[in-house]
Amino acid sequence: MQKFTNFTGIVAPLDRPNVDTDQIIPKQFLKAVVRSGLGKGLFYDWRNQPDSQFVVDQPRFKEANILVARANFGCGSSREHAVWALADFGFRAVIAPSFADIFHNNCLKNGLLTIMLKPDEVDAIFTAIKQHDAYTLTVDLAAQKVTDDYGWSATFPIDEFAKKCLLEGLDDIALTLQHEQAIAAYEAAHPNPYPT
Amino acid sequence: MAANTLFEKIWNSHVVRESPDQPALIYIDLHLVHEVTSPQAFEGLAKAGRKVRRPDRTFGTQDHNVPTTDRSRPIADPDSRVQIEMMRKNCRDFGIKLFDLGDREQGIVHVIGPELGLSQPGMTIVCGDSHTATHGALGALAFGIGTSEVEHVLATQCLWQARPRTMEIRVDGELRPGVTAKDLILGIIGRITTDGGTGYVIEYRGSAIAALSMEERMTVSNMSIEGGARAGMIAVDEKTIEYLRGRRYVPQGKDFDRAAERWLTFRTDEGARFDHSISFDAASFAPHVTWGTNPGMVAEVTGTVPDPSSFAEPTQRRAAELALEYMALRPGTPIQEIPIDRVFIGSCTNGRLSDLEAAAAVVKGRKVAPRVRALVVPGSQQVKAEAEKRQLDRIFIEAGFEWRESGCSMCLGMNPDILRPGERCASTSNRNFEGRQGKGGRTHLVSPAMAAAAAIAGHFVDAREWVR
Ligand code: SF4
Repeated sequence: MQKFTNFTGIVAPLDRPNVDTDQIIPKQFLKAVVRSGLGKGLFYDWRNQPDSQFVVDQPRFKEANILVARANFGCGSSREHAVWALADFGFRAVIAPSFADIFHNNCLKNGLLTIMLKPDEVDAIFTAIKQHDAYTLTVDLAAQKVTDDYGWSATFPIDEFAKKCLLEGLDDIALTLQHEQAIAAYEAAHPNPYPT
Repeated sequence: MAANTLFEKIWNSHVVRESPDQPALIYIDLHLVHEVTSPQAFEGLAKAGRKVRRPDRTFGTQDHNVPTTDRSRPIADPDSRVQIEMMRKNCRDFGIKLFDLGDREQGIVHVIGPELGLSQPGMTIVCGDSHTATHGALGALAFGIGTSEVEHVLATQCLWQARPRTMEIRVDGELRPGVTAKDLILGIIGRITTDGGTGYVIEYRGSAIAALSMEERMTVSNMSIEGGARAGMIAVDEKTIEYLRGRRYVPQGKDFDRAAERWLTFRTDEGARFDHSISFDAASFAPHVTWGTNPGMVAEVTGTVPDPSSFAEPTQRRAAELALEYMALRPGTPIQEIPIDRVFIGSCTNGRLSDLEAAAAVVKGRKVAPRVRALVVPGSQQVKAEAEKRQLDRIFIEAGFEWRESGCSMCLGMNPDILRPGERCASTSNRNFEGRQGKGGRTHLVSPAMAAAAAIAGHFVDAREWVR
């Protein structure tokens, strides 16, 4: 995984709760056998029409790399394709009051930051986007903070271990294999449960 | 000795490594893989020159993508064919047992795990699929993971996991006649909402849960993810043991008795504490129909489509408006006046033998409404064979249903079984998301009996009045 570095990006608003992974990337894109190129499937059913007015197709949000949405973002199917699609499209962070568990985990494995803010802070971002053209936020992962150009900022929680993995770009399989002895010891004590 | 919950017993016995500043490394007993969420994981493994650590604890099936029509013919869709062939190659190359198309054991991953006795009490079970919670009905800790985690488990047989919180959902008393396990779980999700379980592992408890059959318990546990929880679980009892006895991958003879003794310890101790507890009266549930675009948007069959203005919270109100727009429903419409075009009976929620029996009991001697196209897709080839032995296929076919080969089918429409734009479906599956069953398709989640009755009537009806 690539190291996560601080960045400043345009914020695109998706004013819906419970955005599910079927919507983030519909099933026809799950037939892919590689991780790359899935950006074309992002929000496909909402976007696939002539003159799509969907948020990421509007000129002012075309370059956005932060998405802000409402509660329970990424619910439903475990498809990691949803994260690959967001990342491939250019998103580096998603802001919402809450995220579904599996989606959240999948994001961390792919260097896509899930920023959980309080509902009123998320409201403030939606409002600010309406007030300012090309509204941007600066994401500082080490400080766990997002800041805008108008003096507003908010802090977000993140699990220390996940933060370290993101900041250092760690390969978690390699990390786990450092515990080979402990795994082997566990296995020695717990034989295969299935008849062979 | 400390009193522990079922979850704690399994978790504590699977920690390989734990330190205060990071998630625990837990051991995975059983890893199930299917063709859609695994290719990139195997690719990652191959690129890094890694092997599957425990092929003996890893099993594959082909289910999401597969056609449900004649299997002697080649798969028409080239992308599906590639994925299915890649699954074969990956399983061969990495030494994994695959229940392939054409095999007697093929079926939906969450149907065949319990059916083959692969899923056992006290185990940790993962699969690259969010409905893995199904297996929790056997007293296991089972949850869905993403593809990166699939790769991680393939390589290490372990996962880093933050310890989830525990939630007890107690259902005491008796379900009213004609109210099924599906109605119960839809009702629970309606009440706790689709993110009420986020961060929790749910244990379903109480006399109404104990009274459910094993297949009904699977239906309940299956939909835990629709309430936001990654895992649902139910204590082991004599029913669990009897369900498992004689299944292909469980110990046999004396070894089974020894295993059963151990399995029976997988239940929450008296006095153990949950982080959160909710309880419901079983008699408060009715047959349910979803009206919206997430599984928490649910009404009783005798009720009406709600008015978005009845939601106090603005984002919920907005969500209800969008849902009604997508579903082309007007507030106040009686649920029973909603006409349907399609019926789907199947999926890992309701594609087991008892589900097909419940539907067949309604269908027997009746005809599918002329405007309706109806499909029965058994959850596995074993379910299909067993149903045919009982001649359920004849009941369905005579009524005008199509009788298919096993797979996920119209639950997510990755194969040719999809809704056309605007079509409205009564479905026994688990998700009514926009486009889930086909772009522009409208899904109403119901129980098998309710789906069967809707197929006959051409609109939703209260199945309680239809069971003879
Ligand atoms: S039947 Fe549906 S929910 Fe179940 S595993 Fe298949 S696609 Fe997923």
